[in-house]
Amino acid sequence: MNPVLVAVLVLGGVGLVCAVLLVVASKFMAVPVDERFPKIRECLPGANCGGCGYAGCDGYANALVDGSEEKINKCVAGGAAVVEALAKATGKEAEAIEEKVAYVHCKGDCNATQKKAEYNGTKTCKASKLLFGGEGTCTFGCLGYGDCAAVCPEQAINVINGVAHVNGARCIACGQCVSVCPQKIVTLIPKAAAVKVTCSNKEKGPVVMKKCTAGCIGCGLCMRNCPAEAIKVEGFLAAIDYEKCIGCGKCREVCPKKCIL
Amino acid sequence: MSDGAKLLLIAFSMIFTENYVLVQFIAICPFLGVSKNFDSCIGMSGAVIFVMTLASAVTWTIYNFLLEPFGLTYLQTIVFILVIAALVQFVEIVLKKYIKPLYKALGIYLPLITTNCAVLAVTILNIDESYNFIESCVDGATAGIGFGLALILFCGVRKALERAKPPKCFEGLPITLVAAALTSMTFMGFAGIADNLFH
Repeated sequence: MNPVLVAVLVLGGVGLVCAVLLVVASKFMAVPVDERFPKIRECLPGANCGGCGYAGCDGYANALVDGSEEKINKCVAGGAAVVEALAKATGKEAEAIEEKVAYVHCKGDCNATQKKAEYNGTKTCKASKLLFGGEGTCTFGCLGYGDCAAVCPEQAINVINGVAHVNGARCIACGQCVSVCPQKIVTLIPKAAAVKVTCSNKEKGPVVMKKCTAGCIGCGLCMRNCPAEAIKVEGFLAAIDYEKCIGCGKCREVCPKKCIL
Repeated sequence: MSDGAKLLLIAFSMIFTENYVLVQFIAICPFLGVSKNFDSCIGMSGAVIFVMTLASAVTWTIYNFLLEPFGLTYLQTIVFILVIAALVQFVEIVLKKYIKPLYKALGIYLPLITTNCAVLAVTILNIDESYNFIESCVDGATAGIGFGLALILFCGVRKALERAKPPKCFEGLPITLVAAALTSMTFMGFAGIADNLFH
């Protein structure tokens, strides 16, 4: 027989056998997929960014199918269009996406607070904190070496006068600065937040007064004046519950230290 | 040499003296790509050992009962690629159906292996060395173990590299390649041991 023909036949045969094997296997050993899954998965953009908190779009779709995830507004990348599509696919009501933004809870810049020592080590917040909690007198506030600015993929963070500032227009709320900050003073807050606490110091009022002119002294005026009971003062520091906050701005008016903005 | 000694020799040389990654420089791509964190190293190594053993068995059978009788040995590369790709797909389907935990543990690494040149290398070298069936399987499994060893060792090196501060122009991949070269030089220390150990 023609050697070319033999080669073609054998190779073709091997390919055919493999193909048949795979087809048969995928038919007989198919794992039943929930029929809602492809529908829901189709709505998602497929960017696998992880912004929803799941490992990729498949993960989020799975969670929606098996009911462990209730909310359909977690896809930040897809925006309102995806929420609408998901609402159709799941039969749930469309909710608005809560857009978030990173915020640095400290206003203790070089004018407001003083240094207790001169630090000459590695120029990162992480290293600076290891030495007596940083060079500033306040050991809760921004260290100013910009670890957050270094990890920010959008260059949305600038250190100005010793304190990091987030550019809300550029921030994509990825949360990398939140996890890298050794002081834990960066958090994600709703983009629409009317008020925010600009201090992270949990010491008693008189102690804070000595250290920083921009510090929260824990007087509790905001808590008492809040009509929605959205503010709690814990450990001499005010904290706003954004689920309850109605954005009236009362707390900003009454704060004697102007540390609610 | 007795059969047992020959198998031991194959195992020892595949893991240490002829280590695929660090001595023969095969499968450098997954070696550099996956060695960043320990968990994925374990996943990848497991999947490679599994697939290499299976592929060795299947390709040896195909070569000796199909290609050689028809005088088509020149087709081995293309046939092996075809068979390995189909095999990996098949194994994935089977695992998904019957052994869910293993499927989840191997995860994304199973399909990735189809493109791992170490798998093709081990099957072709089995034929070149004219191993018998058992020897081929042992060769496949131990080559996989050698790959895993290199991966896990280098993962530790990279962890140390993260803390080091190389000159700016060496940051990232360049210093990783330098580190890989140094790691591979440590394996030169095994050269010659195998031949004198098992004869």
